[in-house]
Amino acid sequence: MFTKLFKSSKISFVILNVLYLSLLLGGALYALKTFSSYMDIYEKAILLSSVGFFSWLGWNWNHFKKIIILVFALSLFAIQLYLGVLTNNEHVFLLKYLLSSQSAIMWMNVFFVLALVLYWLGLLAKNNLLDDIASSFTSTAVLFGFTGLLVRWYESYLIGLDIGHIPISNLYEVFILFCLITSLLYLFYEEKFNTKKLGAFVLIVINAAVGFILWYTFDRHADGVQPLVPALQSYWMKIHVPANFIGYGAFSIAAMVSIAYLLSAKKILASYLPKLAVLDDLIYKSIAIGFIFFTVATILGAIWAAEAWGGYWSWDPKETWALIVWLNYAAWLHYRIVKGLRGNVLAWWALIGLIITTFAFLGVNMFLSGLHSYGEL
Amino acid sequence: MSFAVSMLVFLGIASIIGTILKQNEPYENYIIKFGQFWFVFFEKIGLYDVYQSIWFLTILLFLVISTTLCVTKNTPIIFKDFLLFKDSLEEKSLLSFTHHLVLKNTKKVNLSRVINYLKLEKFKVREKSKDNGDILIVAKKGDFQRLGYIFTHVGVVVICLGGLLDGNLFFKAQELLGYKKIETLDIPASKVPKVSRLDITNPSFRANMTLAEGSSDNVAFVRKKDGYLVQDLPFKITLKDFRIEHYSTGMPKSFESDLIISDPELSQDITKTITVNHPFTYKGISIYQSDFQDGGTNLDIKLWNLLNSNAPQKINAKIFEKIKLDKDQLTYEFNDFRKFNILNLKEGVKEKPRNVGPSVTYKIRNNSGQAREYISYQFPMLIDDRSFFISGMRETPQEEFKYLKIPADKKGSIAEFISFKEALQNKILIEMVAKKMANRSVKSDNNSSVKQSFEDSVNKIMTLFVEGGFSNIAQNIDNNIPANEKEKAVQAYLKIIDIASIELYKSHFNLSDKEIDQSAIRFIQEALNAYSDMFLFGSPYYFELTNYEQKEASGLQLTKSPGQFWVYLGSLSLVLGIFSMIYLHERKLWLLIKAKGGAIIAVSSNRKNIDFELDYKKVSQAIKKIIQ
Repeated sequence: MFTKLFKSSKISFVILNVLYLSLLLGGALYALKTFSSYMDIYEKAILLSSVGFFSWLGWNWNHFKKIIILVFALSLFAIQLYLGVLTNNEHVFLLKYLLSSQSAIMWMNVFFVLALVLYWLGLLAKNNLLDDIASSFTSTAVLFGFTGLLVRWYESYLIGLDIGHIPISNLYEVFILFCLITSLLYLFYEEKFNTKKLGAFVLIVINAAVGFILWYTFDRHADGVQPLVPALQSYWMKIHVPANFIGYGAFSIAAMVSIAYLLSAKKILASYLPKLAVLDDLIYKSIAIGFIFFTVATILGAIWAAEAWGGYWSWDPKETWALIVWLNYAAWLHYRIVKGLRGNVLAWWALIGLIITTFAFLGVNMFLSGLHSYGEL
Repeated sequence: MSFAVSMLVFLGIASIIGTILKQNEPYENYIIKFGQFWFVFFEKIGLYDVYQSIWFLTILLFLVISTTLCVTKNTPIIFKDFLLFKDSLEEKSLLSFTHHLVLKNTKKVNLSRVINYLKLEKFKVREKSKDNGDILIVAKKGDFQRLGYIFTHVGVVVICLGGLLDGNLFFKAQELLGYKKIETLDIPASKVPKVSRLDITNPSFRANMTLAEGSSDNVAFVRKKDGYLVQDLPFKITLKDFRIEHYSTGMPKSFESDLIISDPELSQDITKTITVNHPFTYKGISIYQSDFQDGGTNLDIKLWNLLNSNAPQKINAKIFEKIKLDKDQLTYEFNDFRKFNILNLKEGVKEKPRNVGPSVTYKIRNNSGQAREYISYQFPMLIDDRSFFISGMRETPQEEFKYLKIPADKKGSIAEFISFKEALQNKILIEMVAKKMANRSVKSDNNSSVKQSFEDSVNKIMTLFVEGGFSNIAQNIDNNIPANEKEKAVQAYLKIIDIASIELYKSHFNLSDKEIDQSAIRFIQEALNAYSDMFLFGSPYYFELTNYEQKEASGLQLTKSPGQFWVYLGSLSLVLGIFSMIYLHERKLWLLIKAKGGAIIAVSSNRKNIDFELDYKKVSQAIKKIIQ
């Protein structure tokens, strides 16, 4: 009778939810109890709000819940293996080859590359099984990526109590964040729109980021934990950066789906891909969610700037380019929502939007100097 | 509307200029970059401060006005629609909807079930009986989507107005009318005339002040174009202490200023510590930790003249002060002191940068006003496992420093180099060495002329070196030796310098052959190189920093920003507006139940997309199930 009860999807749903919620709440309460003296009131508020945010995400999306539970399990396991000694990542087999942050991130890279290949094979062979495997590889990559980031967070405190910080402070770390957020958004749409055919396109932009991470790791050796410069030592970083990357991730998905749209409109791969109306809707929804988060991120950035640099808007190159990105997508949405524009023009526009966004994200750091370079105090 | 959008596009493109051309640089930089003609032209069209230029602000103003007009035009329409239930529609118009469903053979309709269903779906419902006995149910939801339009546009307007409030329109107007003028002279703040001062009633500013430890001030400076304005403050700020903390890697960890704020209106001073990300606001003025510099550090310096053997001159100097020494008529200007220098010494090698200790930057200016810039590090640095005292020199700020590397002895001091250098400069010692070498090389006594000429050449070569380093030797070879023998001569000369120097070193420090090990030979080589490089160094002086008493200055930024509240309020409105425009779906539904049987369902939305199709299918099928 128990097996029957357990099999019933409703019961397992309840069990999953209870497990998920108790992990979230338990983790937060444990952190509050143990590390209370290291956190200011804002950081505590962010911790509790993130419990709310993750509960909401999990409530609306079962798959996410499963990934997070596994991330929890793997990260806690890794932390146990460390026993508080950083050099254990060279001695303990499982850490060295699987769970230390740099190994986990390498596994993330591997699974993303494999997922890209399989998505394309699945698309061209019209093979749903390959699609399913590619999709689960993407989830696995996300699992490893998140574990890698969380373990890195822990490792940073092992390097030095004053050095420890959330790993979203330099290009290496935010590129990982970008891969994770973009994949999660894509996996969500994959489930919602019931099509796995677009992975072949979305995984391209993710693998471009993977390429960057590899170059950054092996050529530049920039994968180490660096202490935070004074300007970045703020709880605002925990909100501003992720919100921005949800924006970047969503805009990237929109651009990649736009490629699929444009090909399909030219009758290339059209029979392999979802209907144009579905692609169009997906582009719109990605840009819409990206736009909201980007708006919020920019505003939060302004509030942070008012605290750190003495003014909510300094026309710093990064700020100005954020404004240009914002204006671009505002106009995009305006033409679509208010003017009812549809079709190839919007797809091309979304593609150009990604170029502007990429420049705002990377180009500004590379070519223009300003407050966001953190070169000066 | 399209006017507003093209304004936005123009604004976007215009703001790119300001990201490519570095804004608010000193004007000299622009002159160097563009040349006089283009400099003036670009200055006229305001390219050095794009975001505060008249034309940029005008676009912004136009944008505000046109958006405002849009909102005022559309708001009444939206509100009317918000309140209205269109219950006058007839059967014919319902049939003209793109999304409608005609139902025949309806059973006896249980109206309350339909209404309950619609309410469950979050519709607002109104029911109307027509004269002919038909019943029309009007339902709608997602009205707030329309309000989103108002929220977003009002948000944009409020943000822009807030921004304009904090911009410098007010000052611009005063400047145009001649009430205010930018001060360009470098004079004490107290001497700045009223026309270049902003008094304490100035509603909005972003100003800077630099306070040395222990000093206080009640004015700040607003940088404008090629000059500045003086902003008077309603209180006095004193810097009690400034601290920089470092991580173990040497990277700065925190910058903190202990401030005392004295306000005549208060009986007691306020003490407050500010750090980056933690400003302090008093009387609407926020005080930020912005940067830091030297505040007049006291330096004890030993000034060695490497060309003679005199004892070094002791100088007490202070950063930002000039010293003129009688003996050489040169002016020494001390510009900066740094306690920490994080350098990566191995070029091209991936190595963690580390702290190499204090440095002094100074200029040596001659009578005609020309100056060279120097930097001296207090402690020796390890370069390829050898330790050197490093000084750099450059002729213009655009150049990289060229470095003089003086080898440190085993005790980590400069003493051995100085002593060896004095031996080099001692003619008697050199002659002794030359004699010794000649005696050793030319064995038999009867060859005295050969011996003598060998001795002479050693003397000559060493003198050439002592008077001008390796470049002097090279010049001499160039002038006196035929081309085909140059290579050979260079080898021979260098060898003689080497051997003579080792000999000199040995006899000067009373060492046996055994004691001249690899490390001693390297030291001699390095000392010779340093001695030779000295002639390319622009001055024969070596500054040995023996002691210092650091005094730092904290750079504060002071802002008053009445627009901030409005910008935040506008942002909130904007976010609410965008959210409701995107995530609220407006739906209108009519259900006409005819007295003689049959019904029509019609659904409309101001956005036709997949979600609407799905919603239409769902709602119409559900109603069909209830009433059929």
